[in-house]
Amino acid sequence: MKAYDIVIIGGGPAGLAAAVSARKAGVDKILILERDKELGGILNQCIHNGFGLHTFKEELTGPEYAQRFIDQVLEAKIEYKLNTMVMDISYDRVVTAMSREDGMYQIKAGAVILAMGCRERPRGALNIPGYRPAGIFSAGTAQRLVNMEGYMPGREVVILGSGDIGLIMARRMTLEGAKVKVVAELMPYSGGLKRNIVQCLDDFGIPLKLSHTVVDIEGKEHLTAVTIAEVDDKMKPIPGTEERYTCDTLLLSCGLIPENELSRNAGVEMSPVTSGPVVNESLETNIPGVFACGNVLHVHDLVDYVSEEATRAGANAAKFVKDGEKEKGKVVELFATEGARYTVPSTIDVDRMDDLLTVRFRVGAVYKNSFVSVYFDDKRVMHNQKRIMAPGEMEQVILQKSKLKEAGDLKKITIKIESE
Amino acid sequence: MEKRELTCIGCPMGCQITVEMEDGEVLSVKGNTCAIGDKYARNEVTHPERTVTSTAVILGGDKPRVSVKTASNIPKDKIFECMKEIDKAAVKAPVHIGDVVVKNVAGTGVDVVATREVAAL
Repeated sequence: MKAYDIVIIGGGPAGLAAAVSARKAGVDKILILERDKELGGILNQCIHNGFGLHTFKEELTGPEYAQRFIDQVLEAKIEYKLNTMVMDISYDRVVTAMSREDGMYQIKAGAVILAMGCRERPRGALNIPGYRPAGIFSAGTAQRLVNMEGYMPGREVVILGSGDIGLIMARRMTLEGAKVKVVAELMPYSGGLKRNIVQCLDDFGIPLKLSHTVVDIEGKEHLTAVTIAEVDDKMKPIPGTEERYTCDTLLLSCGLIPENELSRNAGVEMSPVTSGPVVNESLETNIPGVFACGNVLHVHDLVDYVSEEATRAGANAAKFVKDGEKEKGKVVELFATEGARYTVPSTIDVDRMDDLLTVRFRVGAVYKNSFVSVYFDDKRVMHNQKRIMAPGEMEQVILQKSKLKEAGDLKKITIKIESE
Repeated sequence: MEKRELTCIGCPMGCQITVEMEDGEVLSVKGNTCAIGDKYARNEVTHPERTVTSTAVILGGDKPRVSVKTASNIPKDKIFECMKEIDKAAVKAPVHIGDVVVKNVAGTGVDVVATREVAAL
């Protein structure tokens, strides 16, 4: 069996940054396994700009951002395998992979970094009534067809869901000559960035209908029309509010789900809130030596944060390879309540944590002029006012190791949103 | 006097801004809650600009399309003219990031450049 110090599952933004970071930390034998025919992951189809403001202090398109990291991987001569599907990861870190070129093979990994990204929520998970004709795509599938393959899925478009990919595709289809008739959003607010609502919808006069959903799909062979209706505060369609739109294309932009089939089979403990692994301060799962970063861990809105998180995962995996499994020190648990939905990480080993640790979380609703509060056991230690917090924007607090040390027999840290 | 309604893109607040104008001059900006909103609104009503991103035909490349962008912002009302010129363009592989695909697009003085590496087949 082949052996590598670190095997990285996925060659997108998370996998690339993790690999570069592990190499910088002095790890020699690193292997990236990528399912697609090229490195870069989903960034390759995100041809719009706005990437990299934090990392590179300039606005790049997706392919340009990816290339910056691909160049670093090539320069560091990090090994990678394309067109390679990982079939299994075992508890003792044996990775089973296959490709047309190499057949099926196994690799013994000193450490594994999970960087498989996420998937779009499909129609089957949305309970939309009606026929099942051709012409219904997830927004990301349409994005790949238009931007990478050079095909237009259709000419008259309705979009369900106002996530950023849906908004970006509304503009993209319009620029390529399609008529985008309406964007319907189930929630009373959009999960997309304001900039995208203005520059992708308002610029082209595309209406955004909040608290609306699709209630009927027509067409036997190919889509011919959809009907949308307003929903009440329990998300139930209100009779009499139906509007019918003739169209040949329905795009779905209804949320992303971390892709954790491999993680689950390996025995990785999962968070029911994020659908990603439960990790400690080192971004390590419950399986020693198995780390996670990027959208497989929790869905991010900015790739810059993915790169930053993956850089930490790479450095921590390198530490694990060099020092071996360390005995656990004092572990503090993190809790998210009252408005905060989850935290990444979920636990902190105070002895192992860096001097400064970024804890990321999301809120469950829109909060204006509210406070992010951090409690050490029952004592409030942080109380920062924010003008606005929204479910679509990831929030963070930074914890200091010295403060956790000072807190003595600290058992739990709680993050909550308070009105005063 | 003309009134323009805008949504600020500076942050998730998304302030609804009202700009009052006369003869192309901004008279007042209202509804914003910080300086970013004021600046955004003044730019947006006097000379709105956007970066355009799309894809172009590539001949003899290892990919069906090459992604492109305007090297800097162009006036918003030139977006569709810019798209027409990108649609007419065809470049030969290999192409590197930053290579010019359309020069001086729609007379804006801005070039359209490649944003992806495409090798020759």
